[in-house]
Amino acid sequence: MATFSSTIRVPQADKGGGGTHPPVRGGGGDGGRGDGYPDYGQRLRRLRVGLAIGLTSVTMIFVSLTSAYIVRRGLPTFDDHTGTYTRDWIPVQLPLALLLINTALLAFSSLTAEFARRQITRQAALAPVQSIPGVSLGRESGFPWLALTVVLGLGFLSGQWLAWRELADRGFYLATSASSSFVYLLTAAHGLHLLGGVMVLLYAATVSLLHRPVERRRIVVDVTAWYWHFMFVLWLGIFALLWFVR
Amino acid sequence: MVAQDAHAHAAPQGFIRKYVFSLDHKVIGLQYYFLALAAVFVGMFLSLLMRIHMVWPSAILPIVGEIKPETYLQLLTMHGTIMVFFVLTTAPQSGFGNYFLPIQIGAPDMAFPVLNMLSFWTTFVAFIVMLAAFFAVGGAPLHGWTGYAPLSALTNSGPGEQLGADLWITSIAIFCVASLMGALNFITTTLDLRAKGMTMMRMPLTCWAWLITAILGLLAFGVLLSAGILLLLDRNLGTSFYVPLVVVNGQIMGHKGGSPLLWQHLFWFFGHPEVYIAILPGMGVASQLLSTFARKPIFGYKAMVYAIMAIGILGFVVWGHHMFMSGMSPYSAFAFSIMTMAIGVPSAIKTFNWLGTLYKAKIRFQTPMLYAIGFVSLFVSGGLSGPFLAQPVLDIPLHDTAFVVAHFHLIMGVAAIFGMFAGTYYWFPKMFGRMMNESLGRIHFVLTLIGTYSIFMPMHYLGMAGQPRRYSQFTEVAYLQHLMPLNRFITYAAFITISAQLIFVFNLFWSMFKGPKASDNPWEATTLEWTTATPPPHDNFGGHTPVVYHGPYEYSVPGAAKDYVMQTDPAGVPAH
Repeated sequence: MATFSSTIRVPQADKGGGGTHPPVRGGGGDGGRGDGYPDYGQRLRRLRVGLAIGLTSVTMIFVSLTSAYIVRRGLPTFDDHTGTYTRDWIPVQLPLALLLINTALLAFSSLTAEFARRQITRQAALAPVQSIPGVSLGRESGFPWLALTVVLGLGFLSGQWLAWRELADRGFYLATSASSSFVYLLTAAHGLHLLGGVMVLLYAATVSLLHRPVERRRIVVDVTAWYWHFMFVLWLGIFALLWFVR
Repeated sequence: MVAQDAHAHAAPQGFIRKYVFSLDHKVIGLQYYFLALAAVFVGMFLSLLMRIHMVWPSAILPIVGEIKPETYLQLLTMHGTIMVFFVLTTAPQSGFGNYFLPIQIGAPDMAFPVLNMLSFWTTFVAFIVMLAAFFAVGGAPLHGWTGYAPLSALTNSGPGEQLGADLWITSIAIFCVASLMGALNFITTTLDLRAKGMTMMRMPLTCWAWLITAILGLLAFGVLLSAGILLLLDRNLGTSFYVPLVVVNGQIMGHKGGSPLLWQHLFWFFGHPEVYIAILPGMGVASQLLSTFARKPIFGYKAMVYAIMAIGILGFVVWGHHMFMSGMSPYSAFAFSIMTMAIGVPSAIKTFNWLGTLYKAKIRFQTPMLYAIGFVSLFVSGGLSGPFLAQPVLDIPLHDTAFVVAHFHLIMGVAAIFGMFAGTYYWFPKMFGRMMNESLGRIHFVLTLIGTYSIFMPMHYLGMAGQPRRYSQFTEVAYLQHLMPLNRFITYAAFITISAQLIFVFNLFWSMFKGPKASDNPWEATTLEWTTATPPPHDNFGGHTPVVYHGPYEYSVPGAAKDYVMQTDPAGVPAH
């Protein structure tokens, strides 16, 4: 059977690909059972990996909606009055000024989310030092970046709501044309995802009120900040699609 | 949280936390398994009703009574949907994968246990919503498991297309969310929780299959979810994504300009990867078992890994071969045809490697191995009709006949089911601490193998003779008269095969309580699940961390003391 021994490897001589992470143990990245001890670095990395994978599926949802948009836009439709094929795609008159303001709000909130992330990363790094009796680093400038992010996020969502009202005033309802259906659908899908982010940020704020360890809060804020940045970039993509591919 | 951390390794007490809303991946795996077992019996019952109706159309049947044409289509829709989503997607990946992926890579649990529990209960809700469609006003939908628009996108296109179809599409959307959560968990677990020494290229091929399947699910289910949302909007809020200007019963509907083909593209962009989601875990199990029971390393481990990847990638660029009938441009059809036939290459690599593993081996013909060999047999039989159907010029006459029914049942249905049977007989000792009855297992295997071949092989001939699929009745059609004896034969075979499954169910539950006690490693296998206790403790390895020194299939190693070397055995292999 010597011919089949090629898969045998002696320990340490392994050159197999893929094993880039240092091997670790422990389940429970979402607070379930698993870790007997709180290894925050490991938990943070696991949640970041999970987030990246989760955002892949979110991307697929919007990629499929975008391709449906482009396909549906290019289709001719049969006109029963003239008996010919025509295009029924009516370009939607988007409330551009309002949407630009919303975009600015979201861009600003992405920035504040990043400040919140860096602030809490700093705090988490200093936490072990601060826990030494007699050591004081002075108070960290506690600017409420997190709260500001939530406010700006809710501002964006309200702005989107106003944009919907504006669209309705201009006569574009969900079923008016496939183009308006897509405008409502894409903005609603994005808005729901952003609302999920707001919920998590509110959770992070609650956790901070309950005096949980700063390392634990840091994980929540870090992962949500990345999610938030992704939602900003996603919005830019949706906005570009709706504006440039009317 | 803090208290929970302190007692993290203690098993939860109390029935609810232990068996119902459990966070333990092993319990969740079994929950998925039994959900699929319940679903498969519902699905089989529906198929039996259809078979009976085909040959005795006027028979009054139990529960459903007389079968009208629309009743037949409702049975067909629900059979397909339940089997594809709640059996073929649920048991091999979520069931066995949940139970054995963490153990095989040396982890104490999945990466996100709470998410894991949520994904099971979301799947469960999806199943309940799906079953509720039977009881809706008008009954279950009749648009088939593929839900082609505009039939599926209008609420007055037929009985069952009102509330029943809404429940159907809602159930599928819920199932998509559950599958996305599951896929996220599987991928993170595989990337992040492998034990020391468990490099990617030392993972058992089952883990590779579960990983690639999870990636397919991650990319495919989001597309089905958005397609489903568009369908719900068309049905309920008057949009026109899929519905063109149509007249139903003399009444002009309010829709305009939509494209039924858009649904087909979105659906099959999900639907083709879904075929591989069903079959890849079976390939993983077959590879694992053939190597174990042949007492030889798997032939070409790396080739097997790359072949799974190639099948996964190609699975995303061939969806058009389901749509040759739609009048697509011959150039597109040609491209899809070439890509589809290219899948034959990695599939053939896998088949030849399986045969290479068996070549000149001292095979132990125990029940799990019989099913693994049966899997290879069915995979070849079902796969060989693939290159025929991949060519538009052959697909167009065959597509709406029983030929396609034969093809996809053999390769996606029965082969995947054989993978599940193989997995059940193989892992049963680890899951329940007892052995299944070997004689009953063999009888079950022989009856099921002969039975399924008797059902699906003749369908190729029916299809070539022109028997259409999805038609409820053809006893009155002159040109199909001479096929009726064959149709009756298939119905008898279906009846016997389904009855034979009672042997399996009896064996399963009887052995759970009365089977002989199993040792920790009854098959003398090498992977990590056989290093731990039977059944595995709450944290899988009883507080210690496994360290991996070898690849997964080190059988009959020259110079080794035994004919197998455990992955965790620090010595065992002489340096060379």
